[in-house]
Amino acid sequence: MAVPPELRYSKEHEWVGVEGDIATVGITDYAQEQLGDLVYLDLPKVGTAVHQFEKLGEIESVKAVSDLFSPVSGEVTERNEEAVKSPELVNQDPYGRGWLVRLTLSDASEVDKLLTAEQYEELVAQEQAE
Amino acid sequence: MPDSESLRRSPLDEQHRALRARMVPFAGWSMPLQFAGILEEHRAVRNRVGLFDVSHMGRLYVGGADAAELVSRAGTYDARRLEPDQGHYSLLCQEDGGILDDFYAYRLAADRFLVVGNSVNADRDREQIRKLLKPPIDARVEDRQESTVMLALQGPRAVETLARLVDPEATQGLPRRRCTEMQWQGETLFLSRTGYTGEDGFELVTSVEPGRALWEKLVAGGVQPCGLGARDTLRLEAALALYGNDIDTTTNPWEAGLGWAVTLDDGADFVGRTALEAARTRVGRHLVCLMALGPGIMRSGCVILHGGEQVGRVTSGGYSPTLEASIAMGYLPSSLAVEGTNVEVEVRGKRLPARVVPRPFYRRPAAPPSSPKPASS
Repeated sequence: MAVPPELRYSKEHEWVGVEGDIATVGITDYAQEQLGDLVYLDLPKVGTAVHQFEKLGEIESVKAVSDLFSPVSGEVTERNEEAVKSPELVNQDPYGRGWLVRLTLSDASEVDKLLTAEQYEELVAQEQAE
Repeated sequence: MPDSESLRRSPLDEQHRALRARMVPFAGWSMPLQFAGILEEHRAVRNRVGLFDVSHMGRLYVGGADAAELVSRAGTYDARRLEPDQGHYSLLCQEDGGILDDFYAYRLAADRFLVVGNSVNADRDREQIRKLLKPPIDARVEDRQESTVMLALQGPRAVETLARLVDPEATQGLPRRRCTEMQWQGETLFLSRTGYTGEDGFELVTSVEPGRALWEKLVAGGVQPCGLGARDTLRLEAALALYGNDIDTTTNPWEAGLGWAVTLDDGADFVGRTALEAARTRVGRHLVCLMALGPGIMRSGCVILHGGEQVGRVTSGGYSPTLEASIAMGYLPSSLAVEGTNVEVEVRGKRLPARVVPRPFYRRPAAPPSSPKPASS
């Protein structure tokens, strides 16, 4: 299971990568593996305002549907249309071609409320032990 | 969720773990949800061949002079009609015609049957059949769910695979819905040309040790192991009813489109016959196939709307890997249960347009090619 050290993570298994005031959001490798084959993504339109830890969209595998939560607040500037067309990209490359949305951060300090890679690995280890 | 300690384990549990299957609780059993992934397993069965552990299914052996009479009384299909080595789908109903289980009855010999039902209903089936077993009926019922392994080998290459890996003679001329018993590794191996995927294939039952050897031999021979996830997507494409979803005690065989499993014309006496005869003339709703016309996935429980009014609910729904769209089944009033009717399905607060389409969603090619075609696009 890959957990890139430069990213920050939510307890809901989303990741966020920050460059300046632009945040890229996706789901983690552990999340895609748990969900199984993804077949449908429902992502917010460009211009939508999203709030930290609130619903961002839906992600659906062959087996089940799950809510996506935004790890940070901001305005959606881009969504990954390639992944909407081919959700399997999220399974294949969750931190790369399978990213979900880009946002302009409205409050950069929110990133500090997120888990580091090390903390996220601990969370996953706990979930797996349960 | 029941804790994993209390779940029953398949005799192949160790084999599944060695293959790193994702195990899930299902009807009181711990069974594999997936091995390689649901889509990959689904495609393996549609295009090549896949292997399922279905040891959680109920297996009752009914023997004795009146075995045919007993099986016939338990189910809607008149099992007395079966020739030895022939099987048929049947329904175990209650007096009011509601469905307690669906099962397959195989006639192994004049006085011997194998009855395969759903794991979730295994206890109920056994009790219902035992209740019917009273003098003067001379028969005995033996539950072999624990002492045997049941596998399903499914896909266009199932015949060739079984001949190559198990017995070159085994599948010689075994037609659909026929069964046979043979010797394999010194034990009896039951083999039937049946399945729950919409593909050609076999179901196999044997004792635990040869069952493990059979699983390992088939997997080592390149057959894709498959889990419950693919079993569900495959059966849904084939529009095969799932007990507890599409049929239950509140539905009858007529509305479920299972009238072909009910024998009324030869006077056979079975539980629910009187109610089913009456119900036949007043069928008010039908189980239909729905295909989504937009993005989104219909799931069991979703409300079906027509003209803004609720007209039914999805009983089974999901994603069809073959059609690359969401498909579902559900009951609609007779006036709407017509091909081409447009409806809406409420999926998590949004209304998804859908259409009634012919049943099933997927039908395997009539004559599978005898040799694999060269790859071409």
